[in-house]
Amino acid sequence: MTDVTDATTARRGPTPDDALRVADSRREPMLAADGTPLKRSLARALRREKLRALMLIAPLLLFILVTFIAPIADMLFRSVENQIVSDTLPRTTRALADWDGQDLPPEDAFAAMAYDLTEAAELKVHTRLGSRLNYEAPGISSLFRKSGRGTGDAGEALGEQFVTLDPAWENPMVWAELMAPPDWLEARAAHYADGGEPEGLPAFKLRDEADTILPETASVYGGFARITQFEDGDDPAEEDPWSPIYLALHRDLAADPPLGDWSGPHADLLAAAAEAAPAMETVPLVQQFEEIDEDWLDPDVWATIKTFSPPYTPGYFLNAVDMQQTPDGVELRPETQRIYVTLFLRTLVMSLAITGTCLLLGYPVAWLLANLPSGRANLLMILVLLPFWTSLLVRTSAWKVLLQQQGVINDTLVWIGLIADDKRLTLINNQTGTIIAMTHILLPFMILPLYSVMKTIPPSYLRAAKSLGATDWTAFWRVYFPQSVPGIGAGSILVFILAIGYYITPELVGGTSGVFISNRIAYHISSSLNWGLAAALGSILLFAVLILYWAYDRMVGIDNVKLGG
Amino acid sequence: MMLLPPDLGRAAGEGLAKASARDDFVVFERVQKSYDGETLVVKDLNLSIATGEFLTMLGPSGSGKTTCLMMLAGFETATHGEIRLDGRPINNIPPHKRGIGMVFQNYALFPHMTVAENLAFPLEVRKIGKTEREQKIARALDRVRMSDFGNRRPAQLSGGQQQRIALARALVFEPELVLMDEPLGALDKQLRESLQFEITNLAHELGITVVYVTHDQTEALTMSDRVAVFEDGRIQQLATPDELYERPRNSFVAQFIGENNTLLGEVAEIRDGVAVVRLDTGALIDTKPVNVSRVGERTRVSIRPERVETNPERLSPGTHTLEAEVLEFIYMGDIYRTRLRVAGNDNFIIKTRNAPDQRRLQPGERIEIGWLPQDCRALDA
Ligand SMILES: Nc1ncnc2c1ncn2[C@@H]1O[C@H](COP(=O)(O)OP(=O)(O)O)[C@@H](O)[C@H]1O
Ligand SMILES: [Mg+2]
Repeated sequence: MTDVTDATTARRGPTPDDALRVADSRREPMLAADGTPLKRSLARALRREKLRALMLIAPLLLFILVTFIAPIADMLFRSVENQIVSDTLPRTTRALADWDGQDLPPEDAFAAMAYDLTEAAELKVHTRLGSRLNYEAPGISSLFRKSGRGTGDAGEALGEQFVTLDPAWENPMVWAELMAPPDWLEARAAHYADGGEPEGLPAFKLRDEADTILPETASVYGGFARITQFEDGDDPAEEDPWSPIYLALHRDLAADPPLGDWSGPHADLLAAAAEAAPAMETVPLVQQFEEIDEDWLDPDVWATIKTFSPPYTPGYFLNAVDMQQTPDGVELRPETQRIYVTLFLRTLVMSLAITGTCLLLGYPVAWLLANLPSGRANLLMILVLLPFWTSLLVRTSAWKVLLQQQGVINDTLVWIGLIADDKRLTLINNQTGTIIAMTHILLPFMILPLYSVMKTIPPSYLRAAKSLGATDWTAFWRVYFPQSVPGIGAGSILVFILAIGYYITPELVGGTSGVFISNRIAYHISSSLNWGLAAALGSILLFAVLILYWAYDRMVGIDNVKLGG
Repeated sequence: MMLLPPDLGRAAGEGLAKASARDDFVVFERVQKSYDGETLVVKDLNLSIATGEFLTMLGPSGSGKTTCLMMLAGFETATHGEIRLDGRPINNIPPHKRGIGMVFQNYALFPHMTVAENLAFPLEVRKIGKTEREQKIARALDRVRMSDFGNRRPAQLSGGQQQRIALARALVFEPELVLMDEPLGALDKQLRESLQFEITNLAHELGITVVYVTHDQTEALTMSDRVAVFEDGRIQQLATPDELYERPRNSFVAQFIGENNTLLGEVAEIRDGVAVVRLDTGALIDTKPVNVSRVGERTRVSIRPERVETNPERLSPGTHTLEAEVLEFIYMGDIYRTRLRVAGNDNFIIKTRNAPDQRRLQPGERIEIGWLPQDCRALDA
């Protein structure tokens, strides 16, 4: 035998393998014809091609970025974004920064709230803020709606007293001269001299001096001027100032400002006001707020505002896992309000169940598809694809007809005598209904990848296994099945991911016990308008899928997923 | 004529020939097969194969070779007739109980298993213990000189290596009968030749019976003890390679095996085992009657290119000769290949050895050709 074998070896020419080995054993760098290392000239040659390829796909890439990546990024952002509180209540946010959360906040905070709410009410954004905070503390939205109207009157009594002291305080022009720098006033005059309209006025500016000596007044007047000019299109120097401006002026004067440094106009007017201010009759702000709504005396309302004043918040995410952020820290929601964790778990378990039933039903069908003679396989393929050509709603409604208590299936079972007439099965408006209907709808997504993988498994493998002595079952289990695993992986991932985000079918046949997390997301997007929470729920769903995907990769290997040959 | 059973002595080695040697180890008896109920793909197959024999089924594509093999392996059922293995009818035995080794054209190595696992598969399903299994795998790998490749996956092997592993896998459970369906069809010529050699060596060394399917006549001739030439679902001739080449029984076999010149004519006279044939041009030639028996019968005469004599002086006197015109001369190194016009046939090829006594013929030259009557066979028209 040996010499025979040797003769064979000798006769064999070099195989491609041998050639590779020879090339491999030479290790010094190869040089191109011009002497540069081969690697570098190859890289250079490839770079231009890569660039061209990139340019070719650039429009598509851009399209994907804009339509696909951007919405996801936006969703992720929305789930933590919370700028509305600090944007709408900037002064209050600042005033509450040092508040310890016990008792009521200081008077400053009430004043700040009066200014902020007046502005917000003028801009008509106070109700939106109310809705936002209502997610965290139910009931707060009506408080804001009511107060938007009320806080505008804060300082009204003071305003009257100032006007009694000197009617000049009623004059919008006097206020403008007090607060604006001379150049703005000149520019304004010039604008009118040219026959300009109030809309085209140069943007109002605050005088530095006003800002330092009468800070609160300047801040509130600044807001007034800005809104008057840009929201209403009027001239601030011709509009009656808001009442809270008098409140601010009184509070500034009470703080004993260095009026001696005032270099602008109306220094005597200010001096007189400062002298009269302490004697003016005031109602404590707390009391004024109580008159608007006594909820303002509840420290919890203020605590909620303080808690949710940072521009980014974990609140939506906590909410999405049945927790809440309270002034005392993070805690579980009361038992009656916990729904999301249950919903997430249910979505997960039911999606797994649906994936399982799809696999059980889809595997034999895919096998038939791959192994029947092509005529019958085509017919079967049409049957598999038929559901794709029928409206999802029609199919789901058909299941309603089939599954309801007086439906076809129950009728048949009763008729056969399998169940008693008074013990009809509840097959719909519960989890059973959801699983049945969704298995039907998602089945093609399992069958198609399985089929395309099975199609590539030559029948000779099974024959080989049997010729080697394997029974039909062993041949299937040890040879065919392992080769179909990539298809199982692809189909399962597809079905699971589709199921976990499914919405219409659970909505229609799921009743209350069969709905998915997506139904809640839809509710928050279209009904409760709590987009932040919807985004947080969506993000959790996204991360859950990514984690499962990662786990799958670790366990099975993503290379083992094939959608086709 | 009597066919010699292969030399059984050489099966001694690490022999598998547990069964007593017999001439009818595998028997096809009046086997027919139809897939669609309309046409017969295999028509009345009768064949018996001896223990230790290397039998090749040769034939053009679609002639029913694979079908026969699949019936023997148990993947197709015979529509009619009986197949016996070692005396037992096997029509109703499922494939996995037949104990027949099989090598497929596309190797059919399980891609998700390593080479060693592939080889372990038939042993595992036979519940053979681990140590014995490993010994057998090592021995089988050694036999095909692939001992270092046990841990590779099939995809990491070249085509020739995969085919060796497929061979080792078909042999590892020591079957007495191995079927191979065009196992070398996908390989390049050089590899094919070396593997042909290895397969025949292994088969003889182990004393196994091999049924080998190919459409490559060289392969069939070089490897086999006997060749069954298939055409249209029938065995046209079953014979040893030399017999097949030298004495084809009909014009299909003559055409299919090796290169062949044909001339059409009519039998003019039969005497002393020589048939004189009048060609359509009127010329007379001497032939050996194979499929003709009557004067006046149409016949296709067949002569191998290397049996044509261009030097009439070497022929026995009185032999008929033919006029030929040289059309083309091709120098092929070891031989000269010359194309002639003979009796209206423009494609009459002759081959002559490149030897000192042979002349290079010039195109346009007119020569006389002839042959020994027994080299020219008068077959069916
Ligand atoms: N599974 C099958 N179904 C129907 N017809 C088949 C099948 N397998 C082979 N045939 C037909 O049977 C004939 C013989 O095929 P086959 O045995 O594969 O020939 P060969 O192996 O000699 O090329 C061919 O005409 C082929 O079309
Ligand atoms: Mg074939």
